[in-house]
Amino acid sequence: MKIDWAALGSVFGVSLVATVLLVGLFTLGIAGLSQKEKAARTGGSAPLAVTGAYLCFAACAAAVAFGIYLIVA
Amino acid sequence: MESFSLILAIVVITALAFDFTNGFHDTANAMATTISTGAMKPKIAVAMSAVLNLVGAFLSVEVANTISKGLVDESGIQPEVIFAALVGAILWNLLTWLVGLPSSSSHALMGGLLGATVASAGFGAVHGGTLITNVLIPALAAPLVAGIAATVGARITYKLGSKTEEQTAKKGYRAGQIASAALVSLAHGTNDAQKTMGVITLALVTGGVLVPDSDPPVWVIASAGLAIALGTYLGGWRIIRTMGKGLTDLQPQQGFAAQTSAATVILASSHLGFSLSTTHSVSGAVMGAGLGRKGGVVRWSTAGRMLVAWLLTLPAAALVAAGAEYVTQQGTWGTVLVAVFLVGSSLAIWLLSRREVVDHTNVNHVEEDGVVADAVAAVTPPPTVALEEELDRVMPSQAIGSPAAAGEKPVTTAAKV
Repeated sequence: MKIDWAALGSVFGVSLVATVLLVGLFTLGIAGLSQKEKAARTGGSAPLAVTGAYLCFAACAAAVAFGIYLIVA
Repeated sequence: MESFSLILAIVVITALAFDFTNGFHDTANAMATTISTGAMKPKIAVAMSAVLNLVGAFLSVEVANTISKGLVDESGIQPEVIFAALVGAILWNLLTWLVGLPSSSSHALMGGLLGATVASAGFGAVHGGTLITNVLIPALAAPLVAGIAATVGARITYKLGSKTEEQTAKKGYRAGQIASAALVSLAHGTNDAQKTMGVITLALVTGGVLVPDSDPPVWVIASAGLAIALGTYLGGWRIIRTMGKGLTDLQPQQGFAAQTSAATVILASSHLGFSLSTTHSVSGAVMGAGLGRKGGVVRWSTAGRMLVAWLLTLPAAALVAAGAEYVTQQGTWGTVLVAVFLVGSSLAIWLLSRREVVDHTNVNHVEEDGVVADAVAAVTPPPTVALEEELDRVMPSQAIGSPAAAGEKPVTTAAKV
């Protein structure tokens, strides 16, 4: 009987980091969009926030694509 | 495909039935958080999950070459043993569904194989060490890993999103939840439909229809995919309710954190060589996300019942399968008897479930006591009510509202009851 602690440890590490990164990025993206809407209501615009938001969402989409790749491969 | 013996036909049908129960048992894994937070309408959620399960079944050509994950020696396994194993797994899946508890379908299948193999070939054919490394440790690790990731994720999303407008946040988290739920569904279709394909292929090989090491025929892939998709679409509403509302109260942020953590853990574990059960990961993630919000509560009594079900899964499925294997060994009539028993008990469980129907209309309605207690109470009729009805039947005029009258004739009542 041999428990593969290394594999279990890496599953834990990777899951924790990936979850935190993804959730964090996605939340930042939402926050960015929220800035845009706030600005739009006062007639202004928030180009930096919007660009940042789309970058965050793009990173999340890439992660989802990688997930699908992992399932197919 | 030449001669298809009766036992082989029975095994294939039973395997598809197991696949079906697998589907509706595990709809909750992908969709419970999405449904309970209102990100998707219940019916649409299960439909999407069903389609993705079907797609997932066709996605991977990698054959599930070992269905028991090395738990038992599969080389000399007979179709009857596989049949008995499936009977144990199906009944356990149905029973846990009845009381609304999420439990691992893979563990049920492994337990069934374990019991059936021991009954047919003795304990020598079981690799005991694998039981701990491949079953027990993952069952403890999965909820912890997913739970911790979900807790941290939920904390972060509340912290970073504290200044976000409510309307934008709601829309955003809805999209995020749907994406991560879709990933879980797809992964589920690939993993779990593969399992059934592996079972059917193994049976076909041992029955001499296929040569060893062959890929599953197209009809096996298609039927396994369809069975799991149908089951998913039916929706295991009882389990969805427990997972989405019973364990904790989830806000969209938490649902998103939970589902993302679950998807990550499932994908990471199956690709880093330490496979963890989907059910255990998702349950852990939901509880973790529950703890990740300030003031969030986890209903530990429900979690405790769930844990008991997890621990019982393997031995319970094994016991039923061992019994089934013992009867099938008696000859063809034994196999037929077990098949009749399986159909009969499944029907009985379904009838019991009709006492309190849970479907897409009331999946999000929960009373304070916790849903599992409700589900259990609904299927075990309270003795007092039964007694009153009985009294009413025996002594129509006196039973109700007149305890003195009822007390006067204890002898008659006892005699008649």
